[in-house]
Amino acid sequence: MKKFIISMLSIVLGLIVGGVILKLSGISPLEAYQVMWEGAFSQPNYISYIIIRSTPLILTGLSVAFAFRTGLFNIGAEGQFIIGAMTAAYFGFILNLNPWIQIPLVMLMATLAAAFYGGLSGFLKARFGVHEVLSTIMLNWIALYLSNHVIFIEGFRRPSMETTEFINSSTSITILEDWKISDMGLEWLSRHEFWQSFMRPPVNAGIFIALLAVVIVWIILNKTTFGFKLKAVGFSPLASEYAGINTRIKMTQSMMISGALAGLAGATHVMGVSKNIAVLAAHEGYGFDGIAVALIGSNHPVGVLFSGFFLGALKYSGQKIQSSLEAPSEVIGIMIGAIIFFIAIPSIFNFVLKSWRKNP
Amino acid sequence: MSTIQIIFLFSTTLMYSTPLIFTALGGVMSEKSGVINIGLEGMMTFGAFAASWAAITYSNPWLGFIVGGVAGMLLALLHAIASIKFKANQVVSGMAINFLGLGLAIFFCRIFFEGASMTPPLDLETKIPQIFGQYATVYVAFFLTALIWFIFNKSSLGLRLISSGEHPKGAVAAGIKVNLYKYFGVLSSGFLAGLGGASLSIAIVSNFRPTLISGQGFIALAAMIFGKWNPIGTLFACLFFGFSQALVVFIGGFETQIISSQLLATLPYILTLIILVSFMKKTTAPSALGQ
Repeated sequence: MKKFIISMLSIVLGLIVGGVILKLSGISPLEAYQVMWEGAFSQPNYISYIIIRSTPLILTGLSVAFAFRTGLFNIGAEGQFIIGAMTAAYFGFILNLNPWIQIPLVMLMATLAAAFYGGLSGFLKARFGVHEVLSTIMLNWIALYLSNHVIFIEGFRRPSMETTEFINSSTSITILEDWKISDMGLEWLSRHEFWQSFMRPPVNAGIFIALLAVVIVWIILNKTTFGFKLKAVGFSPLASEYAGINTRIKMTQSMMISGALAGLAGATHVMGVSKNIAVLAAHEGYGFDGIAVALIGSNHPVGVLFSGFFLGALKYSGQKIQSSLEAPSEVIGIMIGAIIFFIAIPSIFNFVLKSWRKNP
Repeated sequence: MSTIQIIFLFSTTLMYSTPLIFTALGGVMSEKSGVINIGLEGMMTFGAFAASWAAITYSNPWLGFIVGGVAGMLLALLHAIASIKFKANQVVSGMAINFLGLGLAIFFCRIFFEGASMTPPLDLETKIPQIFGQYATVYVAFFLTALIWFIFNKSSLGLRLISSGEHPKGAVAAGIKVNLYKYFGVLSSGFLAGLGGASLSIAIVSNFRPTLISGQGFIALAAMIFGKWNPIGTLFACLFFGFSQALVVFIGGFETQIISSQLLATLPYILTLIILVSFMKKTTAPSALGQ
């Protein structure tokens, strides 16, 4: 509860900092926030865009939060996301089975590949004492170049493009994708204005997978001895060792689960939104934003769910101030930084709360 | 291997290493004083932008270089206040600096340069000059390494800073103003990271752009750990990383491609991982790091 209040206060302060920065640059903060509010909620399709944007953030946020809760700092969600996306794009393209088999199968493969990739960092830490921050930084880059390499595989690459072929429609998790453009669908949608707008973006089942992941992570962390052991290792490796827990295996398992969640983010993104992968020159930031989501959500699965939506909404609506006010949308990055900064210093809130209690 | 090839490898190594050396030395300064600095990346980015802006505005590369350092130091001031005064979670505060650094750099870039997310390219006169075929910043980096080695090994300033990071309570008992040294460590860390960013944006490359730093601050952090928090060790870690980058360019220059350029690009990272696995048995982090 206290953490929730700190997060909320930090968000308020972060929005104020963003406002001050805008004001100093000669842009009216009130106008900017109004544009953002309307740009986020005034039309049904804006809501669906926010949901689409939030889905990978919730999953990478869960990935980072899970690692944090078990005493590990997973900077590597970025790379694990890429591995998941790459695997989903590849098998989604070469396999073409019944969707009921295809979708779970491709998703499982992407998740396993990313779990392996994340687990590698856990193993390196457990076996060789290589700090996970170092190994995941290296693995992020290795993943990026590996993915770029795979894109250029003959047959998978889209001829003379820096992207791959699209995945088969049997791999798609976009909701009612064919129906939307069928005569019947178009006719129905033209009579239902709300749904016509809501369904325009690639609304996909990824959000349900993210919700399911929130529940599963919550159960693992709070209701199982397995989760308890993982947390114990994070809290005190020596005491856990003494209590008979194999800390090396537990560290690797923690990173595997964390990697799996980030990989799932990559898979839902490819299967629901992008449908293929493209050559990357630099990291896209899904994993790094996941760190922000985890911190704002105070590493709690439900907190992560809300902060994922919050960040998704902020990032989506932030673009709109660029187009309508010519205000740099990077003010969003500044706000996120400021929010995390205030979360890092809960003592200032204690200070404020104490003086408040004394002089009501 | 011909002489020209060796010279090419050597100078490319120095070129790629320089930004890392500045930034990793910054990491050493901060962490030796006991404050984790994971925000090097953000300080580097903001420094790179500020240097480019100042070099263009005042047509003076060295002024730009210093402004880059100061910009990094301003962000470091935030981190220092949070970590030292408010006993922040230093990892979280450092991550905040990373978001702030990138956000502020592009935000001000758009404000000052009519909405563009990159600065216009510097002309040759406003870039850092070259001496013996190397940018002058290369020599500055080596000089600073020697200076920091001297501070840590031969001066009371260095010993007090180290004692603040190893045994703050003992240091306090010995009458050392621990917090003062911590501030010094963190602020100089930001200054150095800012110089690291500047050495990219106004020497190696001639402008700032959002993807300019993309992860080099984290690589510098890795070099610092790999160099065991020692300035000389850190220098060699950076040179090793620069060398493996140079190797990528070198091998990539051959006519016949044995390996795809994308796979080749993973070489520095794979080599670093292998080295970490082979040599990272024992950590030598300052004992009161992060407290």
